[in-house]
Amino acid sequence: MKLIIAIIQPEELPAIKEELLKRNIYKFTVTNARGQGKEIPVQEVYRGISHEITLLKKVRLEIAVNDEFVDAVIEAVTIVAKKDGDKGRGKIFVLPIEECIRIRTGETGKEAIG
Amino acid sequence: MKKIRLLVGLYFMSFSVLLANGEPTAADAIFTVNNTWMLVATFLVFIMHLGFASLEAGLTQSKNTVNILFKNVSIIAIGILTYAVCGFNLMYPGEFNGYFGFAGFGITNPIGSAGLIDYAGGAYTYFTDFIFQAMFAATAATIVSGAVAERIKLSSFLIFSTVYVAIIYPVSGSWKWGAGWLDQLGFYDFAGSTLVHSVGGWAALVGAILVGSRLGKYGQNGQIKPILGHNMPLATIGVFLLWFGWYGFNGGSVLSADPGGVSLVFVTTTLAAAAGVIGAMITSWYVSKKPDLSMILNGSLAGLVGITAGADVISPMNSVLVGFIAGIIVVLSVIQLDKLKIDDPVGAISVHLVCGIWGTLAVGIFSAAHSLYVQALGVVAYGIFCLIGSILIFTILKYSIGLRVSEDEEIIGLDIGEHDMESYAGFQIFTVE
Repeated sequence: MKLIIAIIQPEELPAIKEELLKRNIYKFTVTNARGQGKEIPVQEVYRGISHEITLLKKVRLEIAVNDEFVDAVIEAVTIVAKKDGDKGRGKIFVLPIEECIRIRTGETGKEAIG
Repeated sequence: MKKIRLLVGLYFMSFSVLLANGEPTAADAIFTVNNTWMLVATFLVFIMHLGFASLEAGLTQSKNTVNILFKNVSIIAIGILTYAVCGFNLMYPGEFNGYFGFAGFGITNPIGSAGLIDYAGGAYTYFTDFIFQAMFAATAATIVSGAVAERIKLSSFLIFSTVYVAIIYPVSGSWKWGAGWLDQLGFYDFAGSTLVHSVGGWAALVGAILVGSRLGKYGQNGQIKPILGHNMPLATIGVFLLWFGWYGFNGGSVLSADPGGVSLVFVTTTLAAAAGVIGAMITSWYVSKKPDLSMILNGSLAGLVGITAGADVISPMNSVLVGFIAGIIVVLSVIQLDKLKIDDPVGAISVHLVCGIWGTLAVGIFSAAHSLYVQALGVVAYGIFCLIGSILIFTILKYSIGLRVSEDEEIIGLDIGEHDMESYAGFQIFTVE
């Protein structure tokens, strides 16, 4: 069992979601996030003054899967992001999961994730 | 304002009729129409306070929203009550020396037809006069609220507003609308570019300087860091409400339902507001390379403030010019004040003071019947009086109870600091930038 955390660009979310569904991955959590990466800061203008935004809007995607799905998830995320060559495409973290419990039934482990 | 009241008065001099005394006459009917329009104008001015509240809330940070709304609700209450206690009789003292007069505390309705049809020659009743003018009074104090937002102590602000709206606004107002010395000289201010907007604007300027800029607004090396307003839809609603209410502010200042007068004022008011938007749009697009919504919101108000002094004496085509120039001025003024490190979160000084002065001078430029010199004299006279008044009140407050909240409170927000209350409980708000 692995927990995959991907920090992605907000505009890539719809395409990544589609790619995940194509690979039979239906369960994930999405959170709005802010972060600072290697990208060039964005310039915004407010009432005549331009200012630099360094903490940019990101999306944090959390997907818990059984080991055999890890490559599929990574592929689904990277296939979308790679289309764009700019810096600041985000990162993927893969973490081991100690235990997983489905709250409704009390199932644990592989069954609970799947 | 007074001139029209006089004309209407002469017209109705021969019909000294009390309503509901025998058969209604044509004069009674016109009196009723006039009075009804004046009351409609009154509640249009009332709704401008919701406009101010929305605009100020939208252009400031979410952590200070309860505080902004609290101030705006308190001000209308304070403005109307003080006007009943002393403001009305300070502003309209009747026969006086032209500088300061007081007809006594409280409001008293003249008995019989003297408080009705005969009060203003069939234009409106005594009570209508009071309530219409009372709505104006609170506006002057509301203007200050936006300029000192996000760092002024609530108690100090409320004390300032009470004194300013109870004394400075009506005493200075009597110089023109109370038939005082500036009125005798021929100074003209139809609905208050100077008497309302600049009077509020001078206090906003003094307040913003004395209370100091918001934390983090200006960096050590002199760089300017914007502090973003948190709700542009709310700011936009506010501006539409203000524009809407301005039909009562200017339209009611005809002081009767005179068809020619009111319709002309509606046209000049609308054209100036529209031209203000376009003027601000072009200027902000050119200066900032991007069209800024908050600037065109200020632009429409700039046009409205600009035309307020001469809405009934400036031709429609010239009102376009007045509004357009106001729209340009307001954007340049907002940017310039920032360079001077005068922190005005909503642009109140630029809209009300700078464009109020422009509008007052515009009467001298675009109306052949009025002198630019006398208009400028009026601007200077009001400037000196309001500066002295607001410096005095703000300074006393600064060295007694203090003007500013603590640094910690400013960072955590005045909603929690002053009120122990959140404005968006249950909403997710990003507090970290």
